[in-house]
Amino acid sequence: MEPMENQDMEVDHDKKRSIAIPGEIIKTGKEYLPGDGTRREGDSIVSSRFGLQDEFGRFIRVIPLSGVYIPRKGNLVIGKVMDITFNGWIIDIGGPYSSFLMINEYPKYIESDDLDSYIAIGDLVLCKVFRTKRKGVDLTMKSRGLGKIDDGMIIQINSNKVPRVIGKEGSMINLIKDSTKCDITVGQNGVIWIKGNSVEDELFAKKAILFVVERSYIQGLTDAVKKYLDEEKGAKK
Amino acid sequence: MSYTKRFDGRKFDEARKMTAEVGVIPNADGSAKFSFGDTIAIAAVYGPKTLHPQHMQNPQTGILRCNYDMLSFSVSERKKPGPNRRSQEISKIIEWALSPTLDLEEFPNTVVDVHIMIIQANASTRCAGINAAAMALAQAGVPMKDLVSSISIGKLDKQLVVDVSKEEEDYKEGEGATDMAMTFLSNSQNLVALQLDGKIPPATLKEAIKLGKEATKKVHELQVRALKEFLEKKH
Repeated sequence: MEPMENQDMEVDHDKKRSIAIPGEIIKTGKEYLPGDGTRREGDSIVSSRFGLQDEFGRFIRVIPLSGVYIPRKGNLVIGKVMDITFNGWIIDIGGPYSSFLMINEYPKYIESDDLDSYIAIGDLVLCKVFRTKRKGVDLTMKSRGLGKIDDGMIIQINSNKVPRVIGKEGSMINLIKDSTKCDITVGQNGVIWIKGNSVEDELFAKKAILFVVERSYIQGLTDAVKKYLDEEKGAKK
Repeated sequence: MSYTKRFDGRKFDEARKMTAEVGVIPNADGSAKFSFGDTIAIAAVYGPKTLHPQHMQNPQTGILRCNYDMLSFSVSERKKPGPNRRSQEISKIIEWALSPTLDLEEFPNTVVDVHIMIIQANASTRCAGINAAAMALAQAGVPMKDLVSSISIGKLDKQLVVDVSKEEEDYKEGEGATDMAMTFLSNSQNLVALQLDGKIPPATLKEAIKLGKEATKKVHELQVRALKEFLEKKH
């Protein structure tokens, strides 16, 4: 499957962090620089989001743990086709703006009066964000592994939990994939596509992912998940 | 006879028992509950999302839209459901009280919807609503400059009191009851909204604002604690 694109959200979760509240002064000193979710006010770095504080060299940032999905360039997303226009499809990927898949971003040439025979309204598609504009997002399907989804199972989680489900360099998701023998694709918008040999396998993978989401704040989660997967498997046999 | 002792035995600068909880509505992007004694408000935040109708969109910034409503079972005499003059006015006031905290320039043409429901009313409902909404906005991950905290200050005859109850609101003796709902930014302590219902001399108003500033510090402490507890619970 496609490599997971989560570089922009790579976070070490096994580090203890304190919580940031909007308006709270995180650090005082000219040597610190404001990163995502923070701003400078005089000498201090003030949080403008609710989340966890993180220091990254001189940068101070706040990692949000809730809220809507904000698309970024290069994100792999799963969306639902809402409408068809004369030159493409309007796709709902969550988040504040609608997104658009242009006809020439489809992997092969199609006539513009023939759009719905390739992708119809209500279909689910795996796409990549290739441009974020002021008033929306443009998607592309021209990459290996992208396309219409027509089998398997779809689940939705909060997009802020996606980095945790994937794990460091994909460790968490690979663990679940190996254990459940399912193919799992995690969209950065929180939509997850699970495809296994049987519905039982898929349901098992779903349960494992929801296990991760519910416990996404605990430390040493990978080991907990490993134990959980082994126990569940043992119970089945 | 002047008002020398409060009906429920509180001190004059003492609010009713306050509780706060974050994340009470799983389907909302952010939600919270706040109560002053018997007054309970819940707030749900959705967005930022594309704003419809389109003519309301602002291409320079996202906007805030508030909806305050008392549920029909929240008062002893059943309230006719749906918006009315009072709830529309309060919705607008809450919008003004909350918008100085938000920073929606990153999200042009969008709206953040805040729904405030009063599930049990015993005066100071708008204050409870604002306090709940501030926490819900924080949980929704909306960029914010600061939190807001709100409290009602009353003047019963000549006595100033913090956090007016329904019984006190209906006080008729002497100069009668005046009640003020005031909202402050938590860090800078700037006054962002003030409503006054009744009569008050200018000097007393200044005193009332000072009292309100002091009282909202406790509200803010509780809001911060509730937000932190919400994350720590999961740690």
